[in-house]
Amino acid sequence: MSILIDADTTFIVQGITGREAVNLTRECLDYGAGAKVVGGVTPGRRGREVHGVPVFDSVAQAVEHHGAPIQGSVVTAPPAFTKDAVLEAIENGIELVVIVTERIPRGDVAQMVELAGERGARIIGPNCLGIIVPDVVKMGGIGGPARDAAKAYSPGSVGVISRSGGMTTEMSSTLTAAGLGQSTAVSIGGDAIIGQAYAELMPLFEADPETEAIVIYTEPGGRMEAQLAEWVTANDSRLPIVAFMAGRFMDEMPGMSFGHAGTIVEGKEDTATEKIARLAEAGIVVAEEISEIPAIVKTKIAARAGAAGRAVA
Amino acid sequence: MRFFEYESRQIVAKAGIPTSPHGFATTAEEARRIATEIGGPTVIKSQVLTGGRMKAGGVKFADTPDEAEAHARDILALEIGGHMPRGVLVDSKVDVKQEYYAGVVWDGMRKQPVILFSDMGGIDIEEVAESHPDHVGRGHFSTIHPFSDFQAKQVIAATGVTGKALQRATPILARLAKLFVERDMTLAEINPLAELADGSFVAVDAHMDMENEARPRQKALLAELGVGEEETRQAREATPFEIAGEAVDAMDHRGVAGNVTEFDGNLGLVIGAGGGSLTLFDAVRAHGGDPANYCEIGGNPSVKKAAGLAKLVLQKPGVDKIAVMMSIVSNTRVDIVARGVIKACIELGYDPAEKIAIFRIPGAWEEEGFKILERYGVEYADRSVSMHEAARRAVEKIGAAA
Amino acid sequence: MPGLFIDVEVAPEVASDPAYAARLEEVCPVDIYAVGPDGGVTVVEENLDECVLCRLCLDATPEGTVRVKKLYEDGATL
Repeated sequence: MSILIDADTTFIVQGITGREAVNLTRECLDYGAGAKVVGGVTPGRRGREVHGVPVFDSVAQAVEHHGAPIQGSVVTAPPAFTKDAVLEAIENGIELVVIVTERIPRGDVAQMVELAGERGARIIGPNCLGIIVPDVVKMGGIGGPARDAAKAYSPGSVGVISRSGGMTTEMSSTLTAAGLGQSTAVSIGGDAIIGQAYAELMPLFEADPETEAIVIYTEPGGRMEAQLAEWVTANDSRLPIVAFMAGRFMDEMPGMSFGHAGTIVEGKEDTATEKIARLAEAGIVVAEEISEIPAIVKTKIAARAGAAGRAVA
Repeated sequence: MRFFEYESRQIVAKAGIPTSPHGFATTAEEARRIATEIGGPTVIKSQVLTGGRMKAGGVKFADTPDEAEAHARDILALEIGGHMPRGVLVDSKVDVKQEYYAGVVWDGMRKQPVILFSDMGGIDIEEVAESHPDHVGRGHFSTIHPFSDFQAKQVIAATGVTGKALQRATPILARLAKLFVERDMTLAEINPLAELADGSFVAVDAHMDMENEARPRQKALLAELGVGEEETRQAREATPFEIAGEAVDAMDHRGVAGNVTEFDGNLGLVIGAGGGSLTLFDAVRAHGGDPANYCEIGGNPSVKKAAGLAKLVLQKPGVDKIAVMMSIVSNTRVDIVARGVIKACIELGYDPAEKIAIFRIPGAWEEEGFKILERYGVEYADRSVSMHEAARRAVEKIGAAA
Repeated sequence: MPGLFIDVEVAPEVASDPAYAARLEEVCPVDIYAVGPDGGVTVVEENLDECVLCRLCLDATPEGTVRVKKLYEDGATL
């Protein structure tokens, strides 16, 4: 099992004729069983094909051509056009929108997210690499070309959630090398406002019988780690969580901007130190180094299994 | 990007929010002229992009134009928190009956803007929220449904404000909420919002922060305010080294080799991407290393760009070696970065094997990249060597060199 | 300045052909080939090291007439 997507998920690529989008489409088609990319949209380019995927002027045309509702969309349109593309996807019945585009003003993100909420759709990103279910399917540039993605990701029981696209792959690769596969890895994006933060994905992992543990990559900035800690405590989650926190040095440099847009340290609440404390309070282990993560995950899973065994006995 | 107070006041005024009579001056003589025009007592305020100007002596009261001129002369020469003022704002000293706070910020968890109001203005809202939470009203609002004044009214009313004051403050807070969205602000704050003896409300100070990403579409406003495209308005002004880094990034449109930040260590860093850079910078410091810089490469930069960044770092005074490290790459190519950093060494007359402490970039095209590194005798590591271990090796090497 | 990492060789019959020159200029994503003043192929030396080993130039010309050499691999051809 997996969360968000599986081998049957149909999706389109908006902005498909762009250079990066062409590569991304190829990668998705090549990976695992091959993603069901049922169309692409670039206004004015109807009639073309990208790696055999038909290109349309509008999402409505793509849906009509497909002859059934389309589940997802990967949006790669330039920042000035992203909001319109996402609204178009949502209003045409698409329920899962992965926004790859970077540098979208917060006001636009808020509008997209609010509309998604009203229509029952889910947004991943912006400024993210997408979702991967190892050896099955990927939606977005996550992991890169199929051959490279296959090196880093392997199927298994760890759910990965990361604010950094690159670090999603680094952490998954570390898990894979230690014999720990991933159920689903999600690059959620590094911006200050994103469609789905950790706590919003947790119920999905919680409900996925295959997932036994969660690994997250976090950074200073924002409250989403505190929100995760609150969620874990309030819901008595069955899943052990191991976190890695990058950007600890930023605590000494308030007001400076490093890494992602969301990492501007503005108050004491969102510093690395404060977040580590919040996560620890909720029983989430914060690893000092990425290489420590697999051993911690194994110990935690074993402890959970032991506790469950005793409970049954 | 931050705005100076005199700009923030213009933004507020454009939104139809009254402000106390004031003027902006860059010389003491101008300040005197403005004080004369205003008539009566004035307040001379330093225009700097940093807090604590009151404590630093950057705000002074004047009864006469002569005094205003003298204060302006002092304040214009006063450095605050490492910043020289852009000018002074000559403000009329208004007869305040009560000070309020009005603000709008983003709530990243609710993913909506939130309006804040307090009847305890003039001090930090964080302080009020901690000591008197019942005096802070808040309310989220939609960015897709039209804003209506009642949303502002109920936030104000929640703090206990009623009567004429409620009626007068409501449209002001509503206008602030609308301007926050329309102008792509990340912070819009009027503190204090003053209720005068005659019952009218004026903004006596304002603080605006605009989202950098929105600068292209707010061009018209920025032009009206006279904000140049080159003004970054960062908390700390860019150093020449950092400006040179921006020039490298602007060399061509392929990929990113930027966000260069200067530090004073001896280990130059060519690192990437966003999350990888944060991780690696921490890792170098955790092993006792002393970074000369921070930077982010990604998005598959050209050889020229990678070389440009490596050269910049290699030429920085005090840099003995560079460490070239990234998390596993899938878009950026290992061989292209390898070519770039080796080229930089050679063109500067250095031996790459000597100058590159370690190269740890696994991922796309790594086989090709490793061939290049081997040819030049550069120590490299694949994904089996963790980012922290690579950082440790780099620090160890530079320690041995010193 | 010649490339540190990459060199290309274009056979005379292709190098002097304006049609191939135009084609090479079009296909190369990093502008290693340009149409020279005489209409033939000019190799832009400063761009040689930008070569992404994409083989598009090899596909655009008769086999064996364009050779892309990896100087870091003793001149092995692509």
